[in-house]
Amino acid sequence: MQYLVSVINDTAALATPDEQAAIDVFNGRLKAEGYWVFAGGLAAPSSATVIDNRGEEALFTDGPFLESKEYLIGFWIMEAPDLDVALKLAADGSKACNRKIEVRPFL
Amino acid sequence: MSVAGAKEAITQAHHEEWARVVASLTRRFGDLDIAEEAAAEAFATAVDRWPADGVPPSPGAWLTTTANRKAIDRIRRENKRNDKQMEARRLYDDDPPEPAGAIDDGRLRLIFTCCHPALAMQTRVALTLRMVAGLTVPEIARAFLVQETAMEQRITRAKAKIKAARIPYRVPSAEDLPERVSGVLAVLFLVFNEGYLATGPGSDPIRHDLTAEAIRLTRLIRALMPEDGEVAGLLALMLLTEARRDARVSASGELVALDEQDRGAWDAALIAEGHRLVRERLAAGVAPGRYQILAAISAVHTSARDVRATDWSQVVALYDQLARLDPSPIIALNRAIAVAELDGPEVALAAVDRLEHTLAGYHAYHATRADLLRRLGRSQNSRAAYDKAIELAGNTAETAYLTRRRDQLG
Repeated sequence: MQYLVSVINDTAALATPDEQAAIDVFNGRLKAEGYWVFAGGLAAPSSATVIDNRGEEALFTDGPFLESKEYLIGFWIMEAPDLDVALKLAADGSKACNRKIEVRPFL
Repeated sequence: MSVAGAKEAITQAHHEEWARVVASLTRRFGDLDIAEEAAAEAFATAVDRWPADGVPPSPGAWLTTTANRKAIDRIRRENKRNDKQMEARRLYDDDPPEPAGAIDDGRLRLIFTCCHPALAMQTRVALTLRMVAGLTVPEIARAFLVQETAMEQRITRAKAKIKAARIPYRVPSAEDLPERVSGVLAVLFLVFNEGYLATGPGSDPIRHDLTAEAIRLTRLIRALMPEDGEVAGLLALMLLTEARRDARVSASGELVALDEQDRGAWDAALIAEGHRLVRERLAAGVAPGRYQILAAISAVHTSARDVRATDWSQVVALYDQLARLDPSPIIALNRAIAVAELDGPEVALAAVDRLEHTLAGYHAYHATRADLLRRLGRSQNSRAAYDKAIELAGNTAETAYLTRRRDQLG
């Protein structure tokens, strides 16, 4: 079972060196214990482009699809046997990156 | 077999077997939705058959077999291949099969799944009442003054989340157990309290169905986890509170405060059972949790012949112990009520007034102030505090009580 673990940022601040170091340690543990699938950090929402090609021609819009104070700043994809394991990992992840986190299962 | 006898057997089987049937089907099919529907169908079949055919020698086994058949019928109907189901089950529940003779923890699994922290509190309550207690959706909706369709949706969404997010169907590991048990007890305490102090204008002041369900579920958990002190504590607390039920509301539907209650109307059997549990926990010599302390406070009250005979210093000492575990303003408020008996209303009022910034929106804060001000002869201030308490109180019996006390002010 895979879970998308989204990191939610509610300030303009990016990860501090201390936070980055804690994230590296946490990532190392995910890999060693077999939970790791993928992870990545994202650039600011202002760097996003929204594309809609459902009509006659593709429409490009500058900026994120949703403007909000809280936004996605990074994510993990974890392999976990059930939600209890995923929630525990996410709790440690939240501590490591010092941010709020959302856990959502893949279909 | 008489029709009445069959009816009684079905009610009894529903109390004793519902959770067991749902648990065993959830284990087998890995799907709460299938388990719930099939269990409900099996009981409906019993209602049809038992009056004519007689009650089967082993009602539980009959219900489980019938429910299993109903579940398989549904799976076939939905054209799901059985091996697919087996695959789902294997993923959902990866514990090795239990050895024969191991304690039946099916119902415990069910309880922990329904009370999972990833579900909203109201959802845990609804799901526990449906899956474990076997209340119908309309019954649960009525109990919480929610539209039936809204309650149905809440339960359906919860079952979908359990499945999609794979909330596991198992007893938590020893490391997580204390926290998860306290989560379960919080759900049961909430059900009990809603029954004990029902909210809403038009609703009965005490919802006996809810207090009875909460006690029944807590007894079940106590039977499954006899070593857990907090489970025993919560059960004792509920029994000692329930024991005062009839004395607590007057014939005219008004709340009767502890000092005015007819102590002869208390249920002696429930008090004896509650006291036994409290003594058992004292003898265990383990530091008590909050439910055990609350039960001990209740035991002090129910041991006194009248309010003057109450050992108030013991009550205050227990509240001090509780405040160390849980420094909440509500506990500080209750402690102050005991302090009034020990050190007088003036000392108590000073303590209560310190809670204003956190409890200004809580009716009991104003009711307590009103009573202390009354005892200090400050009628004007007391009246204002009663007004505020009446405005905030949601329970009909409590409103009636507060109104009388206000109107008796000189």
